[in-house]
Amino acid sequence: MAEFAAEFTMPSLGADMEAGTILEWLVKPGDVVRRGDIVAVVDTAKAAVDVECFTSGTVQRILIEPGQLVPVGTPLATIVPENGAETATPPSTGPSTGPPIAPSIAPSIPPSTPDGVHPPAGHHIDSPLVRRLATRLGVDLEAVRGSGPGGRVTRRDVELSVPVRRRISPYARRLAAELGVDLAAVPARDGDGVVHAAEVRAAAPVAGPVRPAQRPTGSAEERQAAMRAAIAALMARSKREIPHYYLSTTVDMAAALAWLRERNRELSVARRLVPAALLLKASAVAARRVPQLNGFWTDGGFVPAPAVHLGVAVSLRGGGLVAPAIHDAADLPLDDLMAALKDLVSRARSGRLRGSEMSDPTITVTNLGEQGVESVLGVIYPPQVALVGFGKIVDRPHAVDGLLGVRPLVTVTLSADHRASDGYTGARLLEAIDHLLQQPEEL
Amino acid sequence: MTSDAMTPDAAGAAVRDALRRIVPDADLDACGPETNLREEFELDSLDFLAFVEQLSTRTGRRIDEDDYDKLTSLSTCIDFLTRQRV
Repeated sequence: MAEFAAEFTMPSLGADMEAGTILEWLVKPGDVVRRGDIVAVVDTAKAAVDVECFTSGTVQRILIEPGQLVPVGTPLATIVPENGAETATPPSTGPSTGPPIAPSIAPSIPPSTPDGVHPPAGHHIDSPLVRRLATRLGVDLEAVRGSGPGGRVTRRDVELSVPVRRRISPYARRLAAELGVDLAAVPARDGDGVVHAAEVRAAAPVAGPVRPAQRPTGSAEERQAAMRAAIAALMARSKREIPHYYLSTTVDMAAALAWLRERNRELSVARRLVPAALLLKASAVAARRVPQLNGFWTDGGFVPAPAVHLGVAVSLRGGGLVAPAIHDAADLPLDDLMAALKDLVSRARSGRLRGSEMSDPTITVTNLGEQGVESVLGVIYPPQVALVGFGKIVDRPHAVDGLLGVRPLVTVTLSADHRASDGYTGARLLEAIDHLLQQPEEL
Repeated sequence: MTSDAMTPDAAGAAVRDALRRIVPDADLDACGPETNLREEFELDSLDFLAFVEQLSTRTGRRIDEDDYDKLTSLSTCIDFLTRQRV
């Protein structure tokens, strides 16, 4: 049987990405990989992103070494597909920018869970990938409780154990792995609070010759500027190409907050929900009911998405923002959605997003109300066609059934692409959100 | 409740530890007793929930949602944690 090698190419991690740099390979020739395994870390202007493999097989050759900036679509490695395994092609649900798109792997499925076809041989030792990931993230595997079969530690467990909001430059991460430095013990730099390569070197156990930098990823200022430039390019494109229309409505949150309060009363802090979880769930379900707003404007036409992958705008502490997806948000029970939100925000801020999360959002929600504003009219992320905005929940006089009272209100807005939909359709989305929030127990 | 009231020092240490866990680069020395913690450290609702969780774990104290508005600054947190439960 002739060996046919599939090409693993530089994925498009969002409409604003034209090129990326391999920061690190997590596999080498000869390694067996499964679909969904994280095989490389790719640096974009916005973040270092864990990139998943879209096929199962054996790594044949690495074509692009770390440090090289290559355009989207460039072959990075070749993989000989597993015998009999289907060569999964990336789904076409992502933003279509032409080149291959990172596959859609729901984060709720731990990629390392044995799939039954290939039961792990022998004991449940941690996979090399998990061990490498732990080293890279500065997570002590001994301290991680495994949720996999037989108490095995999965990638997700490791990721969930990353200290909240600890910012480490991708290069510092790599250096730490090379030098065998425990990142958890490295102090952040005073001033910007980020762990840089210099801090890692200072913490290296032996003052041996340090390998010269293969490619520094730039100073914090340079990265900041790169992110600004990426946001500038995408937002300018949005305003240049998309004829936005805007709608706004006021939603009475009394029922939702009362329900939330009652529910949280019985729960430990870790299991409590925040109002944002209700707002996101209502948005996701509403987007499914109004499919004209959930999808992409591509090649002069609207292509509805088969699922709702809800983009969530997350502001980063150093400035800038990312809007990664919660996959299948409309189908997640509230508890799971809340867990997914916590996980996503924490990883967005520590720079550990997955490729599929960057490329998959089908509609985005911004919840700027957290920062105190009462209303936000956002700019659509192309090629998406709609963006939902929530302001702050405020107590205001409000008439209900002819009686004036003080009620918690939130201003919900929609920015939508007039090429893909009309105001009447947009109004249905806001109506659906309002309706859903009046029956929180159904969410 | 079984837990006795904490000393102000122990309560202050618990608050600082909890904050440091949420915002590792927090400059706690620059944070005065009356400084609004949510504003100072840009805590969103998820961060604040994590802070409450940390605080509850460290002190063994049950913290209900109704108590959240007593946790605005270092000094109100200490007041809350040192108060004898009834």
